Amino acid sequence: MNNIYLQLFITFFKIGLFTFGGGWAMISIIQREIVERHHWISQEDFIDLLAVAQSMPGILAVNISTVIGDRLRGLRGSMAAALGTILPSFCIILAIAIFLTPDVIKNNAIVARVFKGIRPAVVALIIAPVITTARTAGITWRTVIIPIAVALLIYSKLPVVSNPILYIVLGAMGGYIYFTHRSLNKEGGKA
Amino acid sequence: MNIYLKLMWAYFKIGLFGFGGGYAMLSLIQNEVVDSGWITSQMFTDIVAISQMTPGPIGINSATYIGYSVIQAMGYGQAACIAGSMLATTAVVLPSFLITYWICRLYVKLRQNPVFSAVLNSFKPMVIGLLAAATIVLVTPSTFPDYISWIIFAAAFAITMWAKASPILTIVLAGIAGYLIYA
Repeated sequence: MNNIYLQLFITFFKIGLFTFGGGWAMISIIQREIVERHHWISQEDFIDLLAVAQSMPGILAVNISTVIGDRLRGLRGSMAAALGTILPSFCIILAIAIFLTPDVIKNNAIVARVFKGIRPAVVALIIAPVITTARTAGITWRTVIIPIAVALLIYSKLPVVSNPILYIVLGAMGGYIYFTHRSLNKEGGKA
Repeated sequence: MNIYLKLMWAYFKIGLFGFGGGYAMLSLIQNEVVDSGWITSQMFTDIVAISQMTPGPIGINSATYIGYSVIQAMGYGQAACIAGSMLATTAVVLPSFLITYWICRLYVKLRQNPVFSAVLNSFKPMVIGLLAAATIVLVTPSTFPDYISWIIFAAAFAITMWAKASPILTIVLAGIAGYLIYA
């Protein structure tokens, strides 16, 4: 029997199981499965839904599955899709947490060596997107002061200013103020 | 129990304020989980590595792993640890799910809303700052114990930036290098 909820769950479970790299990597696979293969949503709707998902806070993969599931079958659809996305990671990592404990990583001779090699590579993996994102965001010598200031303040561990949440809120406020400032100017020009 | 609530609250905040995709969340996760003393900076780096090698977003992966190991570090049995990982994972996805679901209902064509584009654009410098902060915090003696680790770092950076190597490949190669070099 073709239960759409089950199909939604299974489709997103498959996607969640085979996608490495989080929400961004999922986008093209989701499009192939949902738009092209199952024909559940049109391409235009998919693009709109994707824009909504990307504007929301939180985990992109969950956001995407929620909006698509909702478009198809409302609340229960979004729950089926979201659950399908979350379950594979949860089960795999739980298994890893049980067997590859911090203790094992520190005390098992082989594992310890492997991780000693991995750690510096992880830092490189994180730094690379900093540079590529900075390039695509059009950061100039003038605007680079913002990320530098933010990074140093977070690193300082001082009471209020080292909390990353502060900068996310400031970022949102800044965008809102910039927008309303701009539209006020436009109206002033017309008058 | 108190630790469960603290765990859930920490991951709820991470799920709520995590804008900009996986890596940007790292700074938030660090702040909540490392600075509060639940795990060491070294363990945090290891979790990021594990997350790269497994499917799923770093937010969910770290919630599951840390939810488990925090309870385990306090000496509780396996059932309690599994409960920890389930609660943390639920907490981190809840904001995503609730907010996305409700806002989806209220605003049909969000893409055309200029306020949203303005807000999203202004996030970019912040996100870069968050990424940079996550990087700086990881440069510690435990991550870079000797000059060999700097060589591995440079090599990993080179193949990521210029050979466009996938994160999994980079980590596998780094792991093999570590195994061979540190014999």
